[in-house]
Amino acid sequence: MPDNETLIPKIGVITDVRIDTPDVKTFRVVTPDGKKAFDHKPGQCAMLSIPGVGEAMFSITSSPTNTEYMEFSIKKCGCVTDWLHQAETGQQITIRGPYGRPFPVEEVFKGKDLLFIAGGIGLAPLRSVINYCRHFRENYGKIDIVYGSRSKDDLVDYKEIIDEWVKDENIFVHLTIDNPQDGWDGHVGFVPNYVKELNFDTNKTVIVCGPPIMIKFTLEGLCSMGFDKTQVYTTMELKMKCGVGKCGRCNIGAKYVCKDGPVFRCDELDELPDEY
Amino acid sequence: MRKCELTSLDKVFEKISSLSSLYLPVHQKNGAEFKKWEKGVKMSDALNTNRSAKDFFFPQAENLMEFKTEGKNIEVIDTRKENEDFVLFGVKACDVKSFEILDRVFLVDPVDTFYKARREKGVIISLACNRPSETCFCSSFGIDASNPEGDISSWMDDTNIYFKANTEKGEKLLSSLSDVTKECDDSSADNQKQKIKEILNKLPLKDLDLSEFGKDKTEKFFDAPQWKELSDTCLGCGTCTFVCPTCQCYDIKDFKTNDGVIRFRCWDSCMYSDFTKMAHGNSRLTQLERFRQRFMHKLVYYPTNNDGLFSCVGCGRCLSKCPISMNIVKVMKALGGKQDARQ
Repeated sequence: MPDNETLIPKIGVITDVRIDTPDVKTFRVVTPDGKKAFDHKPGQCAMLSIPGVGEAMFSITSSPTNTEYMEFSIKKCGCVTDWLHQAETGQQITIRGPYGRPFPVEEVFKGKDLLFIAGGIGLAPLRSVINYCRHFRENYGKIDIVYGSRSKDDLVDYKEIIDEWVKDENIFVHLTIDNPQDGWDGHVGFVPNYVKELNFDTNKTVIVCGPPIMIKFTLEGLCSMGFDKTQVYTTMELKMKCGVGKCGRCNIGAKYVCKDGPVFRCDELDELPDEY
Repeated sequence: MRKCELTSLDKVFEKISSLSSLYLPVHQKNGAEFKKWEKGVKMSDALNTNRSAKDFFFPQAENLMEFKTEGKNIEVIDTRKENEDFVLFGVKACDVKSFEILDRVFLVDPVDTFYKARREKGVIISLACNRPSETCFCSSFGIDASNPEGDISSWMDDTNIYFKANTEKGEKLLSSLSDVTKECDDSSADNQKQKIKEILNKLPLKDLDLSEFGKDKTEKFFDAPQWKELSDTCLGCGTCTFVCPTCQCYDIKDFKTNDGVIRFRCWDSCMYSDFTKMAHGNSRLTQLERFRQRFMHKLVYYPTNNDGLFSCVGCGRCLSKCPISMNIVKVMKALGGKQDARQ
């Protein structure tokens, strides 16, 4: 089988399942011979499938600098994700990719102060970039991470955040949850408001991902603080089947989210028709 | 150029089908369709087939692969077989042009190898349209029905059929027909071409104005008020998509068999309500949005990505097949300034 067969997947094996939140699990995937299925760049995606159940696109949450395996943080919310959530280690799935335009970590982010803003499962695609930047720490300036979720239990990658990210020098993690909760002495409130309260310097490059409504209000807030849309990057999600810009599903305006995205600079989104 | 008397056309068909499978328009209960030629089968003289010729390269459904599962293990089985050589005879100028439009989707990187394998195996013999009709508007898209492209072009008058090879594949096939065709002057089909041109000049849709559409016109048309009335009665049946030679959206689905799973792809339509439906919602909830997507794609988005080339060839199938008589011509007229979309 030639390597460029886009629709024909490889076999992947789930070697570890981590329970992140009540509805998010993180799956570690390698090939049957224990290797990484393919190289990728931060923000890129892969098509995972279970024969007979379906195939769906997921962002690769592990950093490209991890040469041993790939990780996918997956929220239980549909046919494929329901099935994956009941899968045990050793289960084989199929995997193909990598797909899409990555975050411009080398071309644009290098040398800049970075502000990551994530809501809920929206941390999954950003974790890849965050850990990439942590790996090449000297290439990036100050890093701020604002991350919020419905509750403390809904924060994805909480252990990694507490054990690693907050301990890093020159990385500032700002966590928030929507409502007060026993055992939580951190910030309470929605992400867009918290971003405004934190009153960041407007010289930062911003990477935002979360529910569409969160992205919308965060972007409005950033603009009112003096950020320009050309400083802000996000990653989009639309229905996808092929992953290579042919099946037509993720077509929006003249763009295909699977190949022209999923990463877009926010001023580029203004050029697309408003149907995402 | 080579020619053959119409009374001996069967000999040409016989010769071609001795070399590879031959498909041509054949009269069926509800109009013409491409069917395999065998002795006794007569070519239909219908203006065009109900279904376009895209089926031969991008079939309505095709298996991509199979899976065998055992316990936690999965095996991927490549079930593709070597595609057979085939000849498509009697493809009209509009459908020939549609292959270029599909090529720009399936043959750009990363190449769709399923499509490519079929494309490489097929030889296209086009046939000039002797009786282009009032639903035809190929000339609006710069297509000349009197001078069709393809590996071999052909013209038919009352007594003869004339062949001219345009590609290496065409030369090869035409030279293998030397026993059943005769050399003739390159101008032999000129009379017939002229006759067709005269009809084309009288067609009601020949002056369809496309200048308003094309590259980078998203902003101009996306929020146009006309979409509401145009889409109001759309049933979302997808007929336009399926008869369209340039519509290429597809779905990938799994089918459980007794001892495994077949993954196949099949035509899909952006007119369908579940086309963009995903776990977290649907980006096109109304028929207006879905209707708009189809026409914006053909008239604006595709041209933006393809040097201004429109994703319509004016074959007129949607004009004759839509159950509510809506079609791309009405859309173009309505958006282009005509007051009444139903003219």
